[in-house]
Amino acid sequence: MSIVVNNLTKKFGTQRAVDNISFEVKTGEILGFLGPNGAGKTTTMKIITCYMAQNDGDVKVNDLSILEHQDEIKKQIGYLPENNPLYNDMPVLEYLSFVAELQNVPKDKISNRIAEMVNLCGLDIEKHKKIGELSKGYKQRVGLAQAMIHDPAILILDEPTSGLDPNQIVEIRKLIKDLGKQKTVILSTHILPEVEATCDRILIINNGKIVADGTADLLRKRAQGQEVLRVQIAKPELRDKVFEALQSLDTVALVDFDNENNSSFIVNSKDNASSREDIFHMCVENKWVLTEMTPLETKLEDIFRDLTTTN
Amino acid sequence: MKSSWVIAKRELRSFFDSLVAYILLVVFLGISGFFTWLFGSDVFFIGQATLQPFFSIAYFTLFFFIPALTMRMIAEEKRSGTLELLLTKPVSDWNVVMGKFLAALLLIIIAIALTLPYYITIWSLGPIDHGAVWCGYFGLILMSMTYISIGLFASSITNNQIVAFLLALFIGVFLLIIFDVLSGNFTGLIGQLLDYLSLSTHFDSISRGVIDLRDVLYFLSITVFGLVLAETSLTKRNITD
Repeated sequence: MSIVVNNLTKKFGTQRAVDNISFEVKTGEILGFLGPNGAGKTTTMKIITCYMAQNDGDVKVNDLSILEHQDEIKKQIGYLPENNPLYNDMPVLEYLSFVAELQNVPKDKISNRIAEMVNLCGLDIEKHKKIGELSKGYKQRVGLAQAMIHDPAILILDEPTSGLDPNQIVEIRKLIKDLGKQKTVILSTHILPEVEATCDRILIINNGKIVADGTADLLRKRAQGQEVLRVQIAKPELRDKVFEALQSLDTVALVDFDNENNSSFIVNSKDNASSREDIFHMCVENKWVLTEMTPLETKLEDIFRDLTTTN
Repeated sequence: MKSSWVIAKRELRSFFDSLVAYILLVVFLGISGFFTWLFGSDVFFIGQATLQPFFSIAYFTLFFFIPALTMRMIAEEKRSGTLELLLTKPVSDWNVVMGKFLAALLLIIIAIALTLPYYITIWSLGPIDHGAVWCGYFGLILMSMTYISIGLFASSITNNQIVAFLLALFIGVFLLIIFDVLSGNFTGLIGQLLDYLSLSTHFDSISRGVIDLRDVLYFLSITVFGLVLAETSLTKRNITD
């Protein structure tokens, strides 16, 4: 099941919550939706799930437009809305069977599906309680279970791990990764390591516009452009000598002293080149002891901040 | 239609789970029983085997009970966000409104059906006009449908239950009392119009045992009108300028 979003625009009054965005999600892809609060993530998800109508543009799910084939599309989608709204006065099992019936799961398969979901989401101990009596983490699991009960081809999850404890987060991420092998998944989150851990592709949106689209590695490379290394050599008294030697290497663009550590240097390589081998050979020649050489990665946080604050 | 029924079943179950249903049934039977048998112009006071006192008291109790029943049905779903969950399933806005309508109507029918022992008791006391009784029950159900659809409409335009309750009562007061009073003050076309709009005129003639197609049409058209308005106010979220 592929999702194609074409020039989607949604206005609230004069504010453009989603401003002419286009992207595509292929079958078996996990797309991470990132963006600051109010960027338009939830609005986009609400449009894809046919809850809200767009002002302009179109979304096609498996070549069916949401303008015409709402019912068929809704059947293919499992949706976990923001804040995970649930009927608090219903017991977990009763609620799951209600959702299964609404999703047209055949009568004879309902109890099987429910058992499977209870198992998958770890709801076994709590399954007879009322939803209102559950802790936030368990409610979140119920939300996930109801989204997956009809085995949809597409999962749209708005902040799926909010409120879970670290162990549960790892479990849910693993679950999403496993599901993502056969299903198309779109998930939104504020937690950046989560996107890296689970998503094949990242889409960063800000003020209703897409500002970045690609894998985590791709985004990193684009933001950084060049290799940055931290190099440490054993004897601090050689500082100036090492500095000059490093600066004279062909592949090195710029050398700087590390502010945090006296005997370390920050070495920027030239574009599209790696200076690691050169540095190693230089140390061997001069019989300097190389105690550290670490490539410094730009963190996803930095990329995110760059992209969402500059414009 | 199937989705409406699934939603109706859930609503009905939640009435019985949350004591709402039991309180409604007990209070409804209590009040209508009290005024039918014990107090005011009750059966023994009139000295006739008739259910007329019951119908006129049920007419007023339902006027208060139905808005209390419907006030939370859509408003609460809007407030808590479960409406979004519901409408992103293969369920249309109309299914949701219909489901809620059916659930409320079924509960009211249960409440009214539980008063059948009154009928049987009175029947054993003396000769009773069976036609008038069944017409009265039929009229009560028609009137309940009208109130439920008004209540659902009120509930659909706000996410505050109290506002929904008061609004439904407000609309109800017009249909029940104000049009009736005003129609006495006007003559000619306006008087006739107000008289036609007044719910009590139509209910009275049905509960006397006269089923006129115009009366039935009156109740049904208000019901449909209310439901369509409720659906429209749900669909409003999709309006783009």
